[in-house]
Amino acid sequence: MKELSLHILDVVQNSLGAKASLVEIDIVEDVKNDLLTIKIKDNGTGMDEEMSKKVIDPFFTTRTTRKVGMGIPLFAQAAKSCGGDLKVYSEKGKGTEVIATFVLNHIDRAPIGSMADTMVSLVAVHPDVDFIYRHCVEDKAFILDTREVKKILHDVPINNPMVLDWIKRFIEDNLKEINGGA
Amino acid sequence: MSVIKSIEDLEKIREQAKDMINLRVDNETKTRVVVGMGTCGIAAGARAVMLAILDELKKRNVNDVIVTETGCIGLCQYEPLVDVIQPDHPKVTYVNMTPEKAREVVVKHIINKQVVDEYVVPNI
Repeated sequence: MKELSLHILDVVQNSLGAKASLVEIDIVEDVKNDLLTIKIKDNGTGMDEEMSKKVIDPFFTTRTTRKVGMGIPLFAQAAKSCGGDLKVYSEKGKGTEVIATFVLNHIDRAPIGSMADTMVSLVAVHPDVDFIYRHCVEDKAFILDTREVKKILHDVPINNPMVLDWIKRFIEDNLKEINGGA
Repeated sequence: MSVIKSIEDLEKIREQAKDMINLRVDNETKTRVVVGMGTCGIAAGARAVMLAILDELKKRNVNDVIVTETGCIGLCQYEPLVDVIQPDHPKVTYVNMTPEKAREVVVKHIINKQVVDEYVVPNI
């Protein structure tokens, strides 16, 4: 994947497949410790211990149409090739958490890419699922919580094209802000 | 931690949008556009294709089309894949989509009801 935001989109597809109603995405850029952490947590069906160990293996998938699943393995490989790691924590009936770490300044680290595009494409297709996206750069942070957005919108659906445009701008403006203006 | 840009200006958007009837509510009489969003689709550029479709529909004021997604269907080499399903018509599968081709499909197929043969899945 050319962008880490595409890996995030891909991993969130697993959450949606596991019938999650709330997906939390946390990105922390810790410049001081040269560490990038990406956390994706859902309240989906979860997996037992045996299964959560297997998902890093490309030849494991819950899909029945074919025998390979590349989502988590690709993300894990991206992390490991950048001095980081990927861990999957899951509990049956409670949900799953995927945590990927990267050396922030590693030469092979793909750019985070467009989180605005990732969030808009998720919200557009899954208006009934709630997403919380937090992004932290040093001591600056912002949050997009679709539950808050829906509270303001009342009866207007969150996948209304005007609202989607607003979400895109909201993320882009805030990311610019926490990255030091510019 | 402080929220830098507040979501208060969303209120204005709500005011503008509330008169638009929600035509995106799903039902069987509507055209459905299905974008392949498995790992293979995403890696091949499905996100940009989906956003292009949404944008073209918005630009042309088409509100009664359902845009949705599916996982990998085993045609990874042809991703990004886009299915157009119109009521009473067979499903049409477009292959190797790009944002530009997808916009063309929106105009020619979804709006003007002409299948864009050159982008349809080859016989396999």
